[in-house]
Amino acid sequence: MSHGFFIAFSYIVTALVIAGLILRAVVDHRIQRRALADLESRGIGRRSRRG
Amino acid sequence: MPNHVRNAYKPYPWQKRYSACGDLHVAGTLQDRYIDRMIRELANPTRFMSLSGTLLPWVGGLAAILMAVGLYMVWFAAPADYQQGETVKIMYLHVPAAWLSLFFYMTMAASALGTLVWRHPLADVSQKAAAPIGAAFTLICLVTGSLWGKPMWGTYWQWDARLTSMLVMLLIYLGILALWRAIEEPNRAARAVSILTLVGAVNVPIVKFSVDWWNTLHQPASVFRIDGPTIHPSMLVPLLIMAVAFTLMGVALHLAGMRTEILRRRVRTLTILEAERLDAQAA
Repeated sequence: MSHGFFIAFSYIVTALVIAGLILRAVVDHRIQRRALADLESRGIGRRSRRG
Repeated sequence: MPNHVRNAYKPYPWQKRYSACGDLHVAGTLQDRYIDRMIRELANPTRFMSLSGTLLPWVGGLAAILMAVGLYMVWFAAPADYQQGETVKIMYLHVPAAWLSLFFYMTMAASALGTLVWRHPLADVSQKAAAPIGAAFTLICLVTGSLWGKPMWGTYWQWDARLTSMLVMLLIYLGILALWRAIEEPNRAARAVSILTLVGAVNVPIVKFSVDWWNTLHQPASVFRIDGPTIHPSMLVPLLIMAVAFTLMGVALHLAGMRTEILRRRVRTLTILEAERLDAQAA
């Protein structure tokens, strides 16, 4: 195998792992925001709602 | 007592909600008081959400710009190594990932102290958010190291001290992630994870100094050395830019993770409140 394969594979794996981290962060945040908005819309609130 | 001293002792209204930290108010110099007050300001999750919401786009944006600059330098400016050829390009991913693996473990260890000693309300949030990021960078470090090792050493893996201690680091990260999932109640989980994290911190100096303490296939440190870096500036500059870009990206992910974790805990609290309300109605 040429060295190019090892270089390309390293960059692809790193990009995929980082993309996965970013995607996970965005999706998880949206899920929690929706869940919180849903609970608060049903009148179950807290003192602080900023953020 | 002069007014400015009295004001330094004056608690904020929200401090009653985090009274577990209250013993820090008992003693210390005036300077300690100001530092203490600053830390307490950040202990308020609502204030943290506001501050991190402002910081996050800037940190993420700066990380993206530096990453673009770093990658440009790696691919179009940095020379090939006289022995390794173009394979040295793997170094620009492998080394920052290794640094961040240790950085996030140290972040978790500091947060574990914050949980166990000071019971800082954001400490376990920080710990929980750091674990998957640290594990991901450890995985990147191991995979890229393995892919760099095959053409350079002739093998993907060798059970030498640096590689083995890094694998142990990944296993500790995975153990911590599993423990977070195993205990449902966040405060109990945080205490158990904190103890595991601090025990696992023994591995950090082993990873760092393994190449000095044992005869390893892995090369010794070439950047952070007492006698200065042994890498030529034409490679050192892009490496440091990539390291700063990775670090800022990691910090942005950590802030985002902490924000999500705070929301998750609010959702959990409200869900429990709703369940209690429904129970009371049924009764």
